[in-house]
Amino acid sequence: MSTTAVHSLWTTAADPIQKIDAPNIEYGQLAPTLIVIGAAVIGILVEAFVPRRSRYYVQVFVSVVALAAAFAAVVALAASGYGTTKAGIAAMGAVAVDGPALFLQGVILLAGVLGVFTFAERRLDPVAHGNRVDSFAAQAASVPGSDSEKAAVKAGFTTTEVFPLLLFAIGGMLVFPAANDLLTLFIALEVFSLPLYLLCAVARRKRIMSQEAAVKYFLLGAFASAFTLFGIALLYGYAGSVSYATIAQVVDGTVETVNPALADTMGNDALLLIGAAMVVMGLLFKVGAVPFHMWTPDVYQGAPTPVTGFMAAATKVAAFGALLRLLYVVLPGLRWDWRPVMMGVAVVTMLGGAIVAITQTDIKRLLAYSSIAHAGFILAGVIAMTPDGVSSVLFYLGAYSFVTIGAFAVVTLVRDAGGEATHLSKWAGLGRRSPLVAAVFAVYLLAFAGIPLTSGFAGKFAVFKAAAEGGAGALVVVGVISSAIAAFFYIRVIVLMFFSEPRPEGPTVAVPSPLTMTAIAVGVAVTLVLGVAPQYFLDLAGQAGVFVR
Amino acid sequence: MSFPLLTATAALPAIGAIATAAVPAARRTAAKWLALLVSLATLALAVIVLVRFDPDGDRYQLTESHSWIKDFGVRYELGVDGIAVALIALTALLIPFVILAGWHDADPLETHSSRWRPTQGFFALILAVEAMVIISFEATDVFLFYIFFEAMLIPMYFLIGGFGDRAHAGSDEHAAAQRSYAAVKFLLYNLAGGLIMLAAVIGLYVVAGNFSLQEIAEARANGSLDMATNTERWLFLGFFFAFAVKAPLWPLHTWLPNAMGESTAPVAVLITAVVDKVGTFAMLRFCLQLFPEASKWATPAILVLALISIIYGALLAVGQRDIKRLVAYASISHFGFIIMGIFAMTSQGQSGATLYMVNHGISTAALMLVAGFLITRRGSRLIADYGGVQKVAPVLAGTFLIGSLATLSLPGLAPFVSEFLVLIGTFARYPVIGIIATFGIVLAALYTLVLYQRTMTGPVKPEVSAMPDLKVRELVVVAPLIALLIFLGVYPKPLTDIVNPAVKQTMSDVHKKDPKPEVEAAK
Repeated sequence: MSTTAVHSLWTTAADPIQKIDAPNIEYGQLAPTLIVIGAAVIGILVEAFVPRRSRYYVQVFVSVVALAAAFAAVVALAASGYGTTKAGIAAMGAVAVDGPALFLQGVILLAGVLGVFTFAERRLDPVAHGNRVDSFAAQAASVPGSDSEKAAVKAGFTTTEVFPLLLFAIGGMLVFPAANDLLTLFIALEVFSLPLYLLCAVARRKRIMSQEAAVKYFLLGAFASAFTLFGIALLYGYAGSVSYATIAQVVDGTVETVNPALADTMGNDALLLIGAAMVVMGLLFKVGAVPFHMWTPDVYQGAPTPVTGFMAAATKVAAFGALLRLLYVVLPGLRWDWRPVMMGVAVVTMLGGAIVAITQTDIKRLLAYSSIAHAGFILAGVIAMTPDGVSSVLFYLGAYSFVTIGAFAVVTLVRDAGGEATHLSKWAGLGRRSPLVAAVFAVYLLAFAGIPLTSGFAGKFAVFKAAAEGGAGALVVVGVISSAIAAFFYIRVIVLMFFSEPRPEGPTVAVPSPLTMTAIAVGVAVTLVLGVAPQYFLDLAGQAGVFVR
Repeated sequence: MSFPLLTATAALPAIGAIATAAVPAARRTAAKWLALLVSLATLALAVIVLVRFDPDGDRYQLTESHSWIKDFGVRYELGVDGIAVALIALTALLIPFVILAGWHDADPLETHSSRWRPTQGFFALILAVEAMVIISFEATDVFLFYIFFEAMLIPMYFLIGGFGDRAHAGSDEHAAAQRSYAAVKFLLYNLAGGLIMLAAVIGLYVVAGNFSLQEIAEARANGSLDMATNTERWLFLGFFFAFAVKAPLWPLHTWLPNAMGESTAPVAVLITAVVDKVGTFAMLRFCLQLFPEASKWATPAILVLALISIIYGALLAVGQRDIKRLVAYASISHFGFIIMGIFAMTSQGQSGATLYMVNHGISTAALMLVAGFLITRRGSRLIADYGGVQKVAPVLAGTFLIGSLATLSLPGLAPFVSEFLVLIGTFARYPVIGIIATFGIVLAALYTLVLYQRTMTGPVKPEVSAMPDLKVRELVVVAPLIALLIFLGVYPKPLTDIVNPAVKQTMSDVHKKDPKPEVEAAK
C-alpha cells in the first residue's frame, strides 16, 4: 500500500488512510454454498409473504431446486478441475475449494435432497381435520397439550419453516468441511448447529420428548462450541493467526513473519496442545465419538425421524470433513502427539458403540449407537494419515449417509396409533406382514453390519485397508472384533422381523408417497451399487483425496 | 473370448433365485418347478465343466479374469482345478435332490397371511446358496472368495431360521425360539470367523499387494515374496480360523448340531454336504498354497484337533436321542477325518480328503434325506419314538440302512475308499494319530447301527404302524444317490483321476514329498 503524503499550505500530513481493499470473492467457486443460503433466505421470505396453504409446495419446490442447482454447481466445479489441478483457496483464504471439500459437499447435497423428500412426506400421519400433515408440529411455539396447540392442529397449520431451517443447516455443512481458517470453521459450526437444534424440537408426536432432546442437544452442543472457541483462541495465541496454512507453518517451524505483538506466546507448545485438543474435542462431539457421544442416543430418539436421518448422515459427513482437514492440513506436524490419542478414541468408540447397542430396545437408539460405532470405524481411516486414508474416509462417508437416511426413512413407515412404533418389540414379525419393507430394512442392516456385496463392506474394507497400510494394524483387529459384536444386534433385528410371529396389536406399515419411496429406493440402490461395483466411486474418492493448503 | 462357462455355472442359479423369488404368491407350484429346472440346468453346466476339464492340463483351467475393484487390487478371477471341479459337480448334483426332497417343506400354513410367500423364498434361497457356493469353489482371487464365503451366510441364515423343522417336539413358540437361536448361533459363529479372516485378508493385501491366488502362490514359491515367519503364521491362523468354524472343527463345532437339528432335512443337507465343504476346500486351496510354511508349522496342533473332532463327534453321536443331531455329530466326526487327511501332508491323505468331501456329501445326503422323510411321516425327531419301521415301510428302511452303512464306511460303498485313503495317508507320516483315528470307525459302526436297530427293527410301535412307504418323488431322490454311492465305492477311478493331479500340485506347494515308498493313490 503506497502512502503518498498530501501537501498543502495549511495542513500537515496526517497519518495515511489505510485503503481497504474490497475482498476478492470467487463467487463461482463458492456457488454451491451461496445458492443454498440464498434459497434459505428466499424460504424465509416465502414464510412471510406466501399464503399459508401454498407455502408447503413453494418451500419444497425452492428447496429441491436449490439443492439440485447447488449439486450441479459442485459437479461443474469438479468437472472443471477444481477438485484436482485447479484446487485452491477462495474468499481471501477463508474457504478451500479442493477435492475433499467438493466431494463432501456433493454428498451433503445429495443427502439434503433425500432429507427434503422425507421432510415433505405427508401421507404417513393420519389426516387431521381434513388436512394432510407431516412429521412436524402444527405450531412449534404452542405448548404441548395446550388449547393453542389444539387450535393450531384444527386449523391445519404445519411448520413449513423446517425447509429454510434445513437449507441453513445444509449451507453451514457445506462450509464446514471446506473451512480454511478457524473462524470460518466456528461460524460454519454454529450456522449448521443452531437450525438442527430447532429442527430437533418440532416433532408432531411425542413433543415433550422432542423438546427434551433439543434442549439436551443444545446445551451439550453449546458446551462443545465453547470448547472449540476456546481452543481457537489458544491456537490464535500460539500461531498469531487463525489461518490453517499459517498455523501449520508455525507448527512446522517454517513461519516467515512474526507478529511482534504475539511474539511472547508464539510457538508456545502448551497453547498448541491444549488448543488443538479443544478444537478436536468440539469436532469429535459433532461426530459422536466416545467419550463425547452422550447426546447421540437421546437426540436421535427424540428428534423427528426425518430430522434424525438427515442429521445422522449429513452432520457426520460435515464434521468428519472438518476433522480431516484440521488433522491433515493444520496438525500433520503434530501427528506423533495426536495419533495415539485418536487411536484410543477410535478404539473406545468402536467398542463402546457396539457393546452398548446390544442392550438397546428402541430402534432409533439402536441406530444411534450403531452410528457411534461407525464413527469409530471412520476414525480408523482418519488415523491412517495417508492419501488412501482420506479417500477411504470420503468413500465411507458417502456410502454411510445413504444407508442412514434410507434406514431412518423406513423407520418412519412402521406406525401404530401413537405414531411411529420405534420399540423393537413392536417390529416382531414385520417380515411376515410386509415382506418388502422388512427386506429393504434388512438390506440396510446388513450394510451397517458390513456384509459383503453391500456398500458397508466396501467402505469398511477401504478404511481398514488404509489403517493397516498406515501402520494401525491393531485398530483393524479391534475394528473386526467390534464388527462381530455389532453384527449381533443387527442380526437380532432381522431375527425379530422375520422369525418372530407377528403380534395381533402390532404396528402397520404405512404406504408412503413417492417422496419417501424415492429416498428409500435411492438408498437401497446406492447401497447395492457401491457394494457390487464400487470402483467408479473409489476412483472419485481417490481423485478427491488431496487437500489444498 | 470364449464362453464364460464358470461364470455361467454360478450365474444361472443366481438368476434362477431371483426369478423364483419373483413368482406370484398363487403360483407356488410353478416356483418349485422353476427352481428344479434351474438346478438341473446348473447340473448340466457342471457336467460340461467336468467334461471340458483336462486332468493332465494346466493347474487352473477354464480361467476368466476381469478387472473389478482396482483400488483394492481385486480382480474377478475364476479358475478350477481338479478338487474344485469335483466339488462343483457334487454341489450341482445335490441341489436338485435337495429341492425335490424339500418339495413340500415350505408350503404355507393356514395361518400365514396371503402376502407371505414362503415357498418362493425357500427355493430362491436354496438356489442363492448354490450360486454362492459354486462361485467360491471357482474363485482364484482371495477377496472374491471372501465376499461369497461371507455372503452365503445370509441366505443360509434365512433357510435355517425361517423354515424350521415342523416336526418339533413342544409348542410352536418353543420351536420358533429354538430355531431362531440356532440361526443366530450359526450366523454369529460364522460371521466371527469371517471377520477374523477379513483382518487376515487385509493383512495379506498389505504384505502381498494383491489378491490373486496364483500370483501370490507363485511369488511365494519363487521367493520373490518373503513373509516374516510370524506374519505368515498370524495370517494363516486368521484364514484357518474362519475355515475351521465353517468346516467345523472341534472346539468351534457347536453351531452345527443346533443348525442341523432345527432346520428341515434338505436344509441340513445343504449345510453339511454343501456349504461346510467350502471350509475344508478353502483349507486346501488357500491355507496350504498361500502359507505353506505356516501350514507345516501348525500341522501337529491341527491334527490333534482333528483327532479330537473324530472321537468326540463320534462319542456324542452315540449318545444322541435326536436323529438329526446324531447325523450332525457324525458329520463333525467325518469333518475331522477330512481335515486330518488334508494336514497329514501325504498325497493319499489329501486325495482321500478330497474324495471324502464328495463321498460324505453323497452319503450324508442319502442318510439325512431318508431320515427327513421318516421324520415328516411320524412328526418326531426322537429315536425313541420309532421302532419296527422296516416291517411297515421296507423300502424306506432299506434305503435308510444303505445310508447308515455308507456313513460307517462299509467296504463297497464310496466313503470306504476315502476313509481308507485318509487313514493310510495319515498313518504313513503320523502312525499314532492314524491308529487312534481308526477308533472313529468303530464308533461310527456303533452309532449308525444302533440308530438303525432302534428305529427300524423290533416290535412295531403303534404310532408308526400306518406309516406309508416311500413315494415316487422320494424314491427319485434316494435311488440315484444310492446308485452313486455303490458306483463310486466299486469304481472310484473317474473321481480319483480328476483329483489326483491337483493334489500333487498342492503337495508340491508345501514342499512335501510322500514318505517312502511313493504310492500312487487308489488307481
